[in-house]
Amino acid sequence: MAYNLKKEMSKPERFVGGHRLCAGCGAGVAVRAVLRALEPEDKAVITNATGCLEVSSFLYPYTAWTDSYIHNAFENAAATCGGVEAAYNALRRRGKVQDQFKFITFGGDGGTYDIGFQSLSGAMERGHDMVYVCYDNEAYMNTGIQRSGATPRFADATTTPVGRVSNGKRQNKKDLTEIMVAHGIPYVAQSTFLTSMKDLHEKAHRAIYTEGPAFLNVLSPCPRGWRYAAEDLAEITRLAVETCVWPLFEVIEGEYRLTYEPRKKLPVEEFMRPQGRFRHCFAPGGEWMIEEAQAWVDQKWEKLLARCR
Amino acid sequence: MAKRDRLSGNEAVAYAMRQIDPDVMGAFPITPSTEIPQYFAQYVADGLVHTEYVTVESEHSSMSTCIGAAAAGARAVTATSSCGLALMWELLYVAASYRLPVTLACVNRALTGPININNDHSDSMGARDTGWIQIYAENNQEAYDNYLQAMPIGENPAVRLPVMVCQDGFITSHAVENIELCEDDEVKAFVGEYQPEQYLLKHENPLAVGPYGVSPYYMEAKVGQAEAMKTAKAVILEIGRRFGEMTGRFYGFFESYRLEDAEAAVVLIGSSAGTARACVDELRAQGKRVGMLKLRVFRPFPFEELAAALSHCRAVAILDKCESFSAAGGPLGAEVRAALYGCRERPLAVNYVYGLGGRDFRVEDCTQIFRALEECIRTGETGAPYRHIGQRG
Repeated sequence: MAYNLKKEMSKPERFVGGHRLCAGCGAGVAVRAVLRALEPEDKAVITNATGCLEVSSFLYPYTAWTDSYIHNAFENAAATCGGVEAAYNALRRRGKVQDQFKFITFGGDGGTYDIGFQSLSGAMERGHDMVYVCYDNEAYMNTGIQRSGATPRFADATTTPVGRVSNGKRQNKKDLTEIMVAHGIPYVAQSTFLTSMKDLHEKAHRAIYTEGPAFLNVLSPCPRGWRYAAEDLAEITRLAVETCVWPLFEVIEGEYRLTYEPRKKLPVEEFMRPQGRFRHCFAPGGEWMIEEAQAWVDQKWEKLLARCR
Repeated sequence: MAKRDRLSGNEAVAYAMRQIDPDVMGAFPITPSTEIPQYFAQYVADGLVHTEYVTVESEHSSMSTCIGAAAAGARAVTATSSCGLALMWELLYVAASYRLPVTLACVNRALTGPININNDHSDSMGARDTGWIQIYAENNQEAYDNYLQAMPIGENPAVRLPVMVCQDGFITSHAVENIELCEDDEVKAFVGEYQPEQYLLKHENPLAVGPYGVSPYYMEAKVGQAEAMKTAKAVILEIGRRFGEMTGRFYGFFESYRLEDAEAAVVLIGSSAGTARACVDELRAQGKRVGMLKLRVFRPFPFEELAAALSHCRAVAILDKCESFSAAGGPLGAEVRAALYGCRERPLAVNYVYGLGGRDFRVEDCTQIFRALEECIRTGETGAPYRHIGQRG
């Protein structure tokens, strides 16, 4: 059935208000969008890595999650989810559980690209029937904006501060989505928030209802770390897509498919300019940084286009 | 009807696991516990169990798997040694604080630095304050028997704590001994079903596990664990008694050997008890009043019971197969001495660190320790309270 935003938004929320995420934070938007893709009759167990999302949504004795939920530690959300899924299989086999359950994990980029990477890789390789959703806000935001493997080059983070001899982070962003594709799992996709949320909804639905492991990488900006005005969240994600900094694509059984192609690819500085973390790139003499950022994006984009052809 | 067989300690534990048929196993190899998941894999391959056998990429993930599985309502098990247990460290606390009765077969091995694959207790002793029940075996029979008792203890609704069942790497894990095995149906009846009150997959209502425990609530969670550990004492004794009724082999917190009238005694854990028993017999034959206390349950620590069993001695030597680098002794030494402090009349106490990284513990070593205790009794002086034995030079 065709996607209908109004209908989707009229579903009961599975991640409810009252949580303590910041205004303008992408994490909560990502979670709500992914959970809306669950069929209402299906139950779910959510696993959550330590991070902003976890400490803001489940402070004893309150929880924003209406589905069963488990937080274990920072680096092991995927293995924990694998354990839940294994228990489900065992208990179903013994007739102790009859309900249909889906298994969805949320981790930030620190818990996914970095410290939780081994656990993620192992769980995907083993083939658990689960969806791992990375809400990628491009730094360790919960501890105060330290750089991660997902932080883009030149970003001003608290462990890669801009200084007299420093221009922010020195390395380019790790391409985790490609690494997950290399695992040969049935479904991998990259998404973020565009006006109707259709792209993320459809990818989440496919990820959840594909048998076996699926990985969803969702760019989820952080107003504190990226330093944009809270109300500009949707504009920031739109610019990430229109500049091809964050292309929208999916890989179904190894086949690449571009799910959105900008009519006119915008220059990367359009994405960088509204963000305080790139302010130094726009100071006199910073032009080379914008050029290099552009060259990196162009190169990645061309490679992706070649794969999608 | 009991069956007689010959099994290694690892085989015995794997055999017990097959009889229990747990829901989920997190499996990862590390010497000397590797054989446990290996034997079990064959049971899975032969369709003898219904277990979800999760071949994880690290011990960290095997404990994470067990935590997820147990929270979901499953009976979850794993096995490890040494660095594997060390890698699980953070999650051992999580399992205990979430009150998940995971069962871990720990085949004790030295920790790296330098790397060594042989037995001492530094791995599980390092995990002594993680909130797990710890039960130690002297031989293969005890490894098997303790494993069968782990779930009835840990899953008891008043306890709900994870249990570490420890045995000595290679010494018992790989040595084949005569063993008496229970019938499968006896085991199933004794161990029963895991019936948690709340779990993630429960039909009636969802469950949230692992909150951010802010200061107004964190301490209550910890006190709850501490109370459960106290409660575990009575449950351990009850299960030990019930096991005895089934098998004729009764278990308590420790075993006393010729201790009733002993003037000098050694206190130790694990397979060294066999050596100490031989030494006690030899010295008794010479008319010396010596005895041994073999500790089986280290967590919860049987404080009062141990003090009562040792208080009549004039001198005791506490033997630690583990260094704690406190410059004052090992962990068992510290706890036993603390227990003795409450006695009105208490023995002199010395603490020996021995057997590190598989260094052999011989009858002669034990004899030397008793000789030192004799000297303590003669002079009324403890002398150096913290010593090493068995090292070269």
